[in-house]
Amino acid sequence: MLEIEGVSRLFPARRGMFGTTAGVRALHEVNLSVRQGESFGLVGESGSGKTTLTRQILRLDTPTSGRILFEGQDMATLSPAALRALRARVQIVFQDPYASLNPRMSVHDIVTEPMLIHRQTLGLDRRQRTDRAAELLELVGLGPQHLYRHPHEFSGGQRQRICIARALAPGPSLILLDEPTSALDVSVQAQVLNLLIDLQKRLGLTYFFISHDLGVIRYVCDRVALIYRGEIKEQGETQRVFDAPESDYARSLLAAMPEVRVPD
Amino acid sequence: MTALLEIRDLHLSMHSYEGAARVLDGVSLRVNKGEIWGLVGETGCGKSVTGLSVSRLLRTPPAEYTRGEILLDGTDVLTLDERQMRSLRGRRVGMIFQDPTTNLNPAFRIGTQLIDVALAAARHDPAILGLGRGAGRRARVAAARKLAIAMLTEVGIPAAESRLDDYPHQFSGGMRQRVLIAMALIGRPDLLIADEPTTALDVSVQAQILALLKQMVAAHDMGVVLITHNLGVVAQTCTHVAVMYAGTIVEQGPIRDVLGDPAHPYTQALMRAIPTRDVARGALQGLAGSVPNLIHPPRGCRFAPRCALARPSCAQPPAVHERAPGHRVACPVVEEAQHA
Amino acid sequence: MTDATQVTRRSARAEALSRALYRFRQSRLSVVGATMVAFVLFFTLFGGILAPYPEHVAGGVDTAHRFAAPSLAHPFGTNELGQDVLSLVMAGTPVSVAAGFAVVFVGTVLGVIVGALAGFNGGWIDDVLMRFSDLMLTIPSLILAMAVAAALGPGFVNMIIAIALAWWPGYARLVRGEVLQAREEVYVAAARAIGASPARVLFRHILPNIVSPVIVKMSLDMGFAILTVAALGFIGIGVRPPTPEWGTLLSIARGYMPDFWWTAVFPGMAMFLAVFGFNLLGDGLRDVLDPRARR
Repeated sequence: MLEIEGVSRLFPARRGMFGTTAGVRALHEVNLSVRQGESFGLVGESGSGKTTLTRQILRLDTPTSGRILFEGQDMATLSPAALRALRARVQIVFQDPYASLNPRMSVHDIVTEPMLIHRQTLGLDRRQRTDRAAELLELVGLGPQHLYRHPHEFSGGQRQRICIARALAPGPSLILLDEPTSALDVSVQAQVLNLLIDLQKRLGLTYFFISHDLGVIRYVCDRVALIYRGEIKEQGETQRVFDAPESDYARSLLAAMPEVRVPD
Repeated sequence: MTALLEIRDLHLSMHSYEGAARVLDGVSLRVNKGEIWGLVGETGCGKSVTGLSVSRLLRTPPAEYTRGEILLDGTDVLTLDERQMRSLRGRRVGMIFQDPTTNLNPAFRIGTQLIDVALAAARHDPAILGLGRGAGRRARVAAARKLAIAMLTEVGIPAAESRLDDYPHQFSGGMRQRVLIAMALIGRPDLLIADEPTTALDVSVQAQILALLKQMVAAHDMGVVLITHNLGVVAQTCTHVAVMYAGTIVEQGPIRDVLGDPAHPYTQALMRAIPTRDVARGALQGLAGSVPNLIHPPRGCRFAPRCALARPSCAQPPAVHERAPGHRVACPVVEEAQHA
Repeated sequence: MTDATQVTRRSARAEALSRALYRFRQSRLSVVGATMVAFVLFFTLFGGILAPYPEHVAGGVDTAHRFAAPSLAHPFGTNELGQDVLSLVMAGTPVSVAAGFAVVFVGTVLGVIVGALAGFNGGWIDDVLMRFSDLMLTIPSLILAMAVAAALGPGFVNMIIAIALAWWPGYARLVRGEVLQAREEVYVAAARAIGASPARVLFRHILPNIVSPVIVKMSLDMGFAILTVAALGFIGIGVRPPTPEWGTLLSIARGYMPDFWWTAVFPGMAMFLAVFGFNLLGDGLRDVLDPRARR
C-alpha cells in the first residue's frame, strides 16, 4: 500500500553570514514497503531521519531522489487536486497532544475541520459533519458532551483521543503515528495503544508507527524497521528482530532497552 | 542512626484559583547513603514536588507546608531561612533536571559555569578545592578549574580540559546531561536529586547516563532520589523504590521486593500497563478513570475510586503494613486478602 | 442533546472568563489601571455633556473672570479667556482618546497585514516588507507626523494619518515575529497535514493565536498615542482651537506658568492619568492573556 523506493533526502550546504554549514544527508536510500492492514514500526533515535521520512510521506517535503508510491501511485506525479484527495487518505497523529491541537478551536471545530477541507471528496454538509464528529468522539472513547469544549479542558490522554478522532475524520486508510504515546503516562499509554489496536481491527486501517520505545513497538507492530543516521539498519517481522537481531545496531538498541525486570 | 534524608509525614498545599490543592498528603521516606531511591508515579502524583521540597525550591506561596518535616542529616530544612538554604543547595544537595538545554546558560562557557559553581560551594566549604581558608582568589580559581576538569573527566567527557572553553550548544544532549551531573556533583553533595534526568534522551544515551549515576553513587557514597515515570529506568538503576499516587506513597521498599512482589493495587496496575515481552497484542491493561481532584480528594485511600479491590473501609486513611523488612504498603485490603 | 452542548459551551466561556478575572485581580496595579481607564472612557463618552460650562467648550469667553484660582465654582480655575479649565479638560477627553484609538487602530490594521504577509510568506516578500518597515522606524515619529501635517495641512484626520504612518512598523515587527513562531507550532503542521490551504492556516490557525500580544501592545500603545497626539497639539499642528485638546491647552498654558499653574497642571494631570491607566491596564492584560511573560 505504501512503497518507499530508494528515497534520499539531502539538505544542501548553506552559506550564511557566519560561515558555511555542512550539507546533511538526512535519508539515504531508504526502501520500505508497508502492506495493507498491517502495523509497520519505524524505530530510531533523535536525528535518525524518522521525522524527515514522515514529512516525505505526507508530502510536506520532497525527496532529493527516489519515489514514494501510495496505493500504486507515485506521489510526485499527482496533480494538486489528486494530491489534495490523497491527503484525506493519509493522516497523522503527532507526539505531543498538548501542542498539536489549536488552543483557540473547540473540539467540534478541530474534528470537523478535515471534513470541511475535504468536503468535495466526502460530500458531507454542516449537519452531517457535526453528527460524524460526535460519532468519532464516541469511537475514540469520548462523547458528544465534549464537542464544544476546548483542548485545555482535557487531559493528555483525552487530547490524544481527540487527535485520533481528527485523523479518522476524513476516512483515511493509512495513519502515521508519530510517537503517539511517548508524552503519556503508562496507564494512559496502555489505553491509547489498545484503542489504536481496536480501531485498526474495526476500520481495517494501516499504521505506520514511529517510536523510540521498543516495548511499544513490540506490542503493536507486525513488522519493524530500525533507522540510524538516515539508513535502514534492519527490518523484518517484529518477533524475529527482537528475538534474533541480525545487525549490531539492533543488538545495541535492544541491550539499552529499560525493561522492568526483577533484579536478582 | 540518622538517615541522610528523612521526610516525615510531609503535607503540602498549593493555592490556586480553584482553591487549595492538597498536593502532598503524608509523604514519608528515608534515604541512606549508598541508596538510589526511585520515586515513580504518573503525572501529577507529587514526585517532582517532593524533590523540589528537599531543596526548598517551591515558591511559598502558592505552596504551603502544612505539616511534617524534611530532615537532612537531622536538620529540618523547612525551618531554615533562605540564606542558610542557599549554602545547602549545591553543597549538601545537588540537583539535576530533565532538560539539559534549559539548565545550562547558553551565553557562558561550560568551564566558566563549572568554576562558578565550584567557587560558590567552596565559600561554604573550602576543603572542596583542597585549599586553606586564606587562599587568594587566583589560587582558588586555579583549583576550581582543576576540579572542573577532574569532574568532567569523571563523568566521561573526553578531552575535558579542551572542552572547558566550549559553549553548551557545542555538546550533544547526552554530553550536556553529563556536564549537568558534573555540575551537580562538583560541590560534593551527600544527596543528589535527579528529576527525570534521562527523559529527554535517547535510550542508548539513557542507559549510559544511568550507569554513570550508579558509578557516581558508589564512588562518592551519596544518596540519590531519582524521580522518573519509567519503571524500566527504576529497575535498571535503583536499589529502592517508592511508588506515589496522588500525593501519597502507596508502596515502598527494596527494588526486588516491590517489583517482584508488588502488593498495592496501584503498583500492580502500573506494572500491568507496561508492554513487556509476554503481553499479547491488545492484552495490556490500562487504568480506567483519572487522577483525583486534589482540592477535594477522596476520603481515605486516594486510589480507592479506581481500585478494583475497593471496599467501604477504604474511606478510612489506609494503615501502612510492613510486608517484608522495609517493604511498606499502604493498603490493608491486600494484606487481609492474603491472610484470608 | 443540542441544548446540553449549548449549556456546556456557555459555562466553559464563563469559566474561562472568571479565571481570567481572577488572574487580573491578582495584580492590584492592573485593577487600578482598569479603573483609571474606565474613568477616562466615561469622560470620553460623557465629558462634553457633563461639562459645567458648555458655552466655554463651544468657544465662549468670560473675560471678567480671567485666571480665577481653583474654587467651588471653578474647581480647576479659569484660563486666560476666563474659560472653566475643568470643562475644557472634560471636553478634551474625547478628542485625545478618540485620536489615540484611531491611531492605534489604523497602526494595528496596517501592521498586522504587513507583518502577517511577511512572516507567513517569508522569502523576498518578507525582506522587502521588513526593510520598508525598518526604514519607517528610522524616521522619528514626531518628525514624520510634522512632515505629513505640513504636506496635508493640520487637522484631526491628517494628524491621525500622520501618527499612524509612524506607528504601524512596530506592529508589523511584533506580528511577523509571532507569526514566525506560530508557524512552527505542531498544530500548524497538523493543519497542513490534513490538507488545509495556506489562507486557512493563516486565518484559522495562526492569527487567532497571536491576538493576545497584539491586544497587549495596543493597550500599552494607547498611552503613547495619546501622548503623541498631545505633543502634536502642543507644537500647534494637531487639533486647532477652539476644539479643546489636552496638548493644545497645555501649550497655551505654558505662557502663564508658574503664576497661573492650574491652567497647565490640570490638563497635564488628565494626560498623566490616561497614559498611566492604559499602561497599567496593558501590563495587567499581559498577565491575563500571556501567562508565559509573567515574572
